[in-house]
Amino acid sequence: MSASNPAAPASPVRSLLARINLQQYVVYVGFLAIFLFFAVVLRDSGFLTQRNLVNIILQTAPATIMAIGLVFVLSAGDIDLSFGSTVAVSALCAAMAMAAMPAAAFPVGIWAGLGVGLLVGAINGVLIAWLRLPSFLVTLATMGLVAGIGRSLTQLRSIPVTDPLFTGIFGSGSLFGVPSLVIWTVVAVAIGHVVYRQTRFGAHVLATGDNARAAQVTGIKVSRIRLWVFMISGGLAGLAGLLYAGRLQAAKYTLGETDLMTVIAAVIVGGTLLNGGKGSVIGALVGSLLMGMLNNGLILMGLSVSDQMIVRGLIILVAVAVSLREKTR
Amino acid sequence: MLDTASAPVLELSNIRKAFGGIVAIEDFSLDVRAGEVVALVGDNGAGKSTLIKIISGVYAPTSGAIRIDGQEVSMPNATKAREHGIEVVYQDLALVDQQPVYMNLFLGRELTKGPFRVLDRRQMIAETDRLVTELDVRIPSAHATISDLSGGQRQGIAIARATHWARKLVLLDEPTAALGVAETAKVEKTVVALKSRNIGVLIISHSLDQVFRLSDRICVLRRGKQIGVRETANTDKNEIVSMITGV
Repeated sequence: MSASNPAAPASPVRSLLARINLQQYVVYVGFLAIFLFFAVVLRDSGFLTQRNLVNIILQTAPATIMAIGLVFVLSAGDIDLSFGSTVAVSALCAAMAMAAMPAAAFPVGIWAGLGVGLLVGAINGVLIAWLRLPSFLVTLATMGLVAGIGRSLTQLRSIPVTDPLFTGIFGSGSLFGVPSLVIWTVVAVAIGHVVYRQTRFGAHVLATGDNARAAQVTGIKVSRIRLWVFMISGGLAGLAGLLYAGRLQAAKYTLGETDLMTVIAAVIVGGTLLNGGKGSVIGALVGSLLMGMLNNGLILMGLSVSDQMIVRGLIILVAVAVSLREKTR
Repeated sequence: MLDTASAPVLELSNIRKAFGGIVAIEDFSLDVRAGEVVALVGDNGAGKSTLIKIISGVYAPTSGAIRIDGQEVSMPNATKAREHGIEVVYQDLALVDQQPVYMNLFLGRELTKGPFRVLDRRQMIAETDRLVTELDVRIPSAHATISDLSGGQRQGIAIARATHWARKLVLLDEPTAALGVAETAKVEKTVVALKSRNIGVLIISHSLDQVFRLSDRICVLRRGKQIGVRETANTDKNEIVSMITGV
């Protein structure tokens, strides 16, 4: 007996299209198409210069790091809306800790930044996994709560980050000519990809998001998995905060403010399902680069801020449409 | 010392389960011996699924004892039941739809290798191939995604998983309710194979024909009470039907 396909299309092209997992590749095709489009249209505006292309990667580094966390959360069948505001608070706490203890600025800054991220993640995780509150509402609430804390921490002032080791490692430094932000991106994506694809934890995350009851009865500790994915998301938001603070040499409550929509779009375009059970870390990286490239290209094309928002919104709409089409196949 | 050959793998004594004021199971006792197939029959709402959930650790009984190989055990969760060698084929199959067959067979018990404990996909695929061939589950490949499979194939995977991991007892909750004739026959063949591996089987079925084909004993449940247990060879459908309906 073969896997039956009741609505077998007559045309060979359509049957081929039906068999290819369109959603899995749409991000690569889209990336290439938009890249080529900009390369032609903006050939005299400096889009293809090495400096501009490296710049795109540097600018998207924090968003890519956040996107990895979101892949885990969405794959487990949840959503996290709070990572954007966590970024700002992590950066502010890191900057304040470094200012308070200049002698040990580097380690103190790291611990403060990551600690805040992990704490927010743990709070989300406990409320969602053990009190069984819906993740959308919990993280919507913590998003506002954390954003408010970020504003009140320094009365909207920005805090300078001057420790040279910190700004080197998390910002402008480089190793063998490779900018540190590129290294962070590559390392985080590589680790994220391996954990997601090659470990029991990754398999359990996917099982939890796909069929939580099946996961439960086969011995997977679903509550623990859900706590972990929110801690991963929070911790990576903390790391993104450090990267922002290092690159801009300052922390401000506005950091990460606009990243929420970009990161969600990047992850969805990258082939991660909103309903859980399926996703891709590499796809999220390419999705994030795509969003960064779009930003960059639209600015170089001279579009106004409002026009940029409209174009980005349309692209997200297309991505969601493809994602849902796949789901109802 | 107990004679292990005849000791029941599963022994339920005076099991009672109440949900608030409603009594779902009352004073239920039943043995299942190694290599024996016991059928649990009864009308809808008689308490069959509740019993399965008690044995598989999903519900704790309000009172009464569960013994496995003569040892009294408490089963606070499904993991514990599995540690005792009990596997369940749930009515909804408990499969992860977007994962391949081999990941489902090893769900919660994935094989790993090396110091970093990365998934040993090759080993899992090899064992899956061996198992589906052995049980004659016809699937395109171990890589096939569950959502692409037919109802019979999915059922086959769920049963293959249970038989692969079971050491003492397999619980089957309506295993052939949604299947065609050929697929039902295959499932029944698998049940007989479990017998020969000396594994106890407790099967819930609405098909009396099937019950009489497969079981050694039949236990009838009506409104949470055990009406009686009969040797399949010494009873007939009329008796069982009248026990189920109470007329």
